[in-house]
Amino acid sequence: MSNFSKIFTTPLAKNNPITVQVLGICSCLAVTAQLKPAVVMAISVTVVVALSNLIISCLRNTIPPRVRIIVQLVVVSTLVILVNQVLQAFVYDVSKQLSVYVGLIITNCIVMGRLEAFAMSRKPMESVMDGIGNGLGYGIILVILGFVRELFGSGTLWGYPVMEKLGMYKIGYENNGLVIMAPMALILVGLIIWIQRTKDKELQED
Amino acid sequence: MEYINIFIKSIFIDNMIFAFFLGMCSYLAVSKTVKTSAGLGIAVTFVLLITVPVNYLLNKYVLQAGALTWISPSLANVDLSFLSLIMFIAVIAAIVQIVEMVVEKFSPALYNSLGIFLPLIAVNCAVMGGSLFMQQRDYSNVGEVISFSLGSGIGWFLAIVGIAAIREKLRYSHIPPALKGVGITFIITGLMGLAFMSFMGIKL
Repeated sequence: MSNFSKIFTTPLAKNNPITVQVLGICSCLAVTAQLKPAVVMAISVTVVVALSNLIISCLRNTIPPRVRIIVQLVVVSTLVILVNQVLQAFVYDVSKQLSVYVGLIITNCIVMGRLEAFAMSRKPMESVMDGIGNGLGYGIILVILGFVRELFGSGTLWGYPVMEKLGMYKIGYENNGLVIMAPMALILVGLIIWIQRTKDKELQED
Repeated sequence: MEYINIFIKSIFIDNMIFAFFLGMCSYLAVSKTVKTSAGLGIAVTFVLLITVPVNYLLNKYVLQAGALTWISPSLANVDLSFLSLIMFIAVIAAIVQIVEMVVEKFSPALYNSLGIFLPLIAVNCAVMGGSLFMQQRDYSNVGEVISFSLGSGIGWFLAIVGIAAIREKLRYSHIPPALKGVGITFIITGLMGLAFMSFMGIKL
């Protein structure tokens, strides 16, 4: 059981898909201007990674290595179509906000990266744990970014006007429009990486 | 004139990397030297230039609601657009495979210099993103789509060559150890993105 919990917890911090493996950056930066789409995106990616890891891990002995990329893409895109349809049915406004980025889960490097690095060579149960762990590790960064950017950029959290209720505007506080803009997300990820690597010296590059 | 507008717009204003963060993974991983990043940039431009128009035709004549009327009027109610994700990725994977074979046959030198990056373009978000944006923006004819895809490719090329040039120089500067490598690259990309945002005010 300790093996399972290790597979599950390493991607949360030590081997985080975004800050350490540097995978799946595209979507992580574009959907985090607000907290709600960030959470929806995190859940969608977790579901897709976990299920595609499970399916590919079950099929791993029957897939010929030469065509494995196409097999993986077909499995992943089927799952993404399902997720996309579910999102459009239940949270239409968020799915409109996410626009092409739901479709881009197919080419999200986390999914392909975990399939190649883990699911192709491990047992199904372990692969599911790995998928959930990586999805959540990705989710943590998304939620941090979404929290910071929504709070300082538009003064709300999950649509609730926090800054206004705290009376910050009356004492001269202004929303920082720069934080909502795309490049600031990159700089924030850079800062998260900086903090993480200052604490964990093993991760530093030379 | 419309074509030139779309072309310039997709290079500078709607730049794939700085405005939409597409293709970030290979952008961060392959930008250590100018030479390899230029090779990858050319390959991505080429693949975008082929796949986006092909996907446009596929979308227009097969997938859209009522697109199949050219076969027979009875198919006017068929809407296959839910299949577009899987069709686009299949087209991209197939074309990347063909491009790889053609390049290997006719230009072994280019093939060797691109190496592993050529097959990996299939999972480059910029290529898939190009097709999805094309679908979302409703371009009116193939010419517009071609200028959009060429512009996006060139924008991606400029971005990756730019960051690679900066990273080559960075080796000689004193960066805090925890920021070395990925961290500083993120921050530089953010700053470059801010610079690119100055193009946003331009109305074309």
